[in-house]
Amino acid sequence: MKTSTGARLGLRTIALGYLVLLIAVPIVLILVRTFGEGIGAFLESIRTPAAISALNLSLLIVAIVVPLNVLFGVATALALVRGRFRGRGVIQAVVDLPFAVSPIVVGVSLILLWGADGWFGGLERLGFKVIFGLPGMVIATLFVTLPFVVREVEPVLHEIGTEQEQAASTLGASTWQTFWRITLPAIRWGLTYGVVLTIARALGEFGAVIMVSSGFPGVSQTLTLLVHSRYIDDHNTYGAYAAATLLMGLAVVTLLGMTALDRKRRTT
Amino acid sequence: MTTTTASVRRDDTSTTEVASLPPRPDPSRRRPQLGRPLGVGLVGLWLSVLVLLPLAALTVTSLGDGVGGFWDAVTAPVALASLRVTVLVAALVAVVNAVMGTLIAWVLVRDEFPGKRIVNALIDLPFALPTIVASIVLLSLYGPNSPIHVHLNATQPGLWVALAFVTLPFVVRSVQPVLIEADREVEEAAASLGASNWTTFRRVVLPTLAPALISGTGLAFARAIGEYGSVVLIGGNIPRKTQVASQYIQQQIEIDRPLNAAAVSVALLAIAFVTLFVLRVFAGRSQRREEDAQ
Repeated sequence: MKTSTGARLGLRTIALGYLVLLIAVPIVLILVRTFGEGIGAFLESIRTPAAISALNLSLLIVAIVVPLNVLFGVATALALVRGRFRGRGVIQAVVDLPFAVSPIVVGVSLILLWGADGWFGGLERLGFKVIFGLPGMVIATLFVTLPFVVREVEPVLHEIGTEQEQAASTLGASTWQTFWRITLPAIRWGLTYGVVLTIARALGEFGAVIMVSSGFPGVSQTLTLLVHSRYIDDHNTYGAYAAATLLMGLAVVTLLGMTALDRKRRTT
Repeated sequence: MTTTTASVRRDDTSTTEVASLPPRPDPSRRRPQLGRPLGVGLVGLWLSVLVLLPLAALTVTSLGDGVGGFWDAVTAPVALASLRVTVLVAALVAVVNAVMGTLIAWVLVRDEFPGKRIVNALIDLPFALPTIVASIVLLSLYGPNSPIHVHLNATQPGLWVALAFVTLPFVVRSVQPVLIEADREVEEAAASLGASNWTTFRRVVLPTLAPALISGTGLAFARAIGEYGSVVLIGGNIPRKTQVASQYIQQQIEIDRPLNAAAVSVALLAIAFVTLFVLRVFAGRSQRREEDAQ
C-alpha cells in the first residue's frame, strides 16, 4: 500500500499529536512542576519522615513479595510444564485470574476473607492482624503480581525440554541438583524478567493496597498511597507531584532494565 | 550454564561433580515421583489460599441474602448507574484505542521519521507507570491547574483521558507485530488492480489485522472496566455521572455495606470474564480458520 506524502504526513501528525497530548506533555509538565522550584525543593519533599517511611514500606513489601513469587512461581511453572496430572487446565486458568480482576475487587475479596468479619476473622481475634496491617498489603500485592513469574518462566521451560534434565538424572544427580545446575541456569533470564515485572507492579500497585491498608502517614502508607493522600487529604499538590516523580523515576529505571533484559533474553 | 551442561554430559565422569555422587538409587524410590505430587499439592494450596478462597468469600458474601438480595444490590439505582458509566466509558475508550492504536502502529511500522525509536519506547510507558501516577500526570495538564485551561476533572471526558492513557499499549502492541509480518505484495497487487488506498486497507490489510485488533481492543476494554487508580483523582466520583463501578465498590466498603460491594464486584468480574471468554473463543476460531487455509 503506497500512501502519498500528504496522507503519510497526515497520519503521522494525528498519531504523534495523540501521543503528545496524552502522554508526552503531561509527563513533561509534571517534571517541570517538580523541578521548577529547584532540585532542593524536590529532595526536601521526598525526604520528609512520611515519605521516607513510605519508600521503606514499599521496598519492604517488594522484598517479601519477590522471593515468595519466585519460589511459588517457578514451582507452578514446573508443575504446569512438566507435570501430568488432572486439573492442569484449572491451574492455568487460576494463574491468569489476577489479570482479569479489578484491583478494588481484589481488595474487597481479601477483606471478606481475612478481615475481622471474614472467613478467617478468627486470626484477628488471636492477635494476627491481616487487613489494615502489613500482611494484608503483602497478600494484596502477591495476588496482583502472581502471574508474572509463572508466565515468563513457563515458555522457557517448554523450550528447553527435558533432555538435559534427564541426562543429569541418568548420571545420578538428585532432583535438587538437577534443578540447581540445569533447570535454574536455563530459566534465569525469563525468571529475571518476571521478577522485574513483579517489582514494577508491586511498587506501583494502588487500588488493592489502599483497600487493605489503614493508610496512616509514616506507618502504613506505601509510595502510591503517599501520592494519593498528599493530593487528596493534605492538598499538597507539589508534594504529590514530587512523590509521583520519584515513582516515575523508579518506573523508568525498571522499563530500561526490561528493555536491556529483553535484548539479552533474545540473544542467549 | 554451558559449562554445567558440558560437565554433566561428558563421558569422562570422574572429573565432574555430578558423577562423584553416590550411584542412583533404585528407580522405584527416585525422588521425582514422590516430590512431584507434593509440589503440585503445594502449588494448588498456594493458589487456593491466595486467589480462589478470597474470590469464593466474595461470591458467598454477595449471595448472603439470596439471589434476590444479590439482584437488589446490583440493580440499586446508584450501583446500576456506576456499572452503566463503567461499561459505556470503557467501550468508548476501547473503540478509540482500536482506531488510534491501529493508526499509531501503522505509523510506527510503515513510516520513517527522526525520533521514531523514542516514540516507540513511549508506548510502553503507561504500563510501567503506576496508575496513581497516571492520575497525577493527567491532572497536571487537564486538572484545576491546567496551563491550557482545559478542566476535565470530575467530568466524563476526564475518565476517557485517564482510561485512554492506561490502555494505550494494548492495541498498538498487538497490531504492530502483525503489521510487520504482513505480506506487502498482496497490498501492491490490490493497488495494481486499481484498488484505492482505502479499499486496499479495508479489504486486504484490515482482515489480516482483525484478530490482533480485536484481541487488543478486548483486553483494553477488560482493563478499563476494572480500573481504579488512574480515575480516582480525575474522575470526581460523582454518583450517576462519573462514579465508576470500582469507586462505588470502594465507597460501599467504607460505609460498611459488604454485601453491596461484593455483589457489584461479582457483576464486574462477570463482565470481565465474559469479555475474556468471548476473546478466547474468537481467537480459537480464527486460528482454526488459518489452519484450514493452509
